[in-house]
Amino acid sequence: MLFQTILFYFFATVLIGAALGVVFARNPVHAVMFLVLAFFNSAILWLLAEAEFLAIVLVLVYVGAVMVLFLFVVMMLDINVEAVQRSLTRYAPAGIGVALIMAIEMIQLIWLRSRADVLPGGFAETPAGYSNTKALGAVLYTEHVYAFEIAAVILLLAIVAAITLTMRKRPGLKVQDIAKQVSVRSKDRIRIVKMKAETKP
Amino acid sequence: MIGLQHYLTLAAMLFVLSIAGIIVNRRNLILLLMCIELMLLAVNFNFIAFSRSLGDETGQVFVFFILTVAAAEAAIGLAILVVLFRNRRSINVQELNTMKG
Repeated sequence: MLFQTILFYFFATVLIGAALGVVFARNPVHAVMFLVLAFFNSAILWLLAEAEFLAIVLVLVYVGAVMVLFLFVVMMLDINVEAVQRSLTRYAPAGIGVALIMAIEMIQLIWLRSRADVLPGGFAETPAGYSNTKALGAVLYTEHVYAFEIAAVILLLAIVAAITLTMRKRPGLKVQDIAKQVSVRSKDRIRIVKMKAETKP
Repeated sequence: MIGLQHYLTLAAMLFVLSIAGIIVNRRNLILLLMCIELMLLAVNFNFIAFSRSLGDETGQVFVFFILTVAAAEAAIGLAILVVLFRNRRSINVQELNTMKG
């Protein structure tokens, strides 16, 4: 139990440090890297909370796909780093002030409630032979199957939206138009002219 | 003994940090998107902690759907960002004043 506590505090510290890195990094590429670190540490903390399936999904889907997409876009765009630096110093006091006030309020609320024995002290032990993935699948494909299908439609929508937004027609580009090629008729191309045979004068 | 309140505190700190990020990074749209991702992660922390504490898997199903929607949101947001940069050569939020809002 003590070992788990040490692990929790270690990874939580790294997670907060990575989040600070995301917020205050000068270079957007470094910010994405800190975000990857934050997601990895969150996955480890979710493993400690025995949410194994979601931890693996976080690493595979988030770090593997979404963060790579972010990195790709950051490297593709040519961002002026100096302009970002100037704004950091201008808005930093307001941001830190709001963050501190909110943090004090939320943490005070959580710990006051827990001191009144409303929240239990630690997590209960899971029964022996408990499989998180199996339990999640049993709920996901029975009770929440409708929401699951809607999620699939949302992903399809995201694919279609991303493609239609970024596709552009460049003028002067020589490409084949397959539909036009297939639908061509011979009478559009060849004109047969009836005429008398030419004779020698 | 690590319990619910530890996870809730961690999620609160993460959420507050991402709010600070949104206020601080007013110039860069891509950093705003990253702060929103961080905020969704904090919300997922709450769901997982309560799911573990109450012994109910529904919270984890919710996290699953939040991850799905967040992935779709990131894809569409980045597509809009690319189109924006192609048209304006800038992703500065304060230069996006065409609609005079």
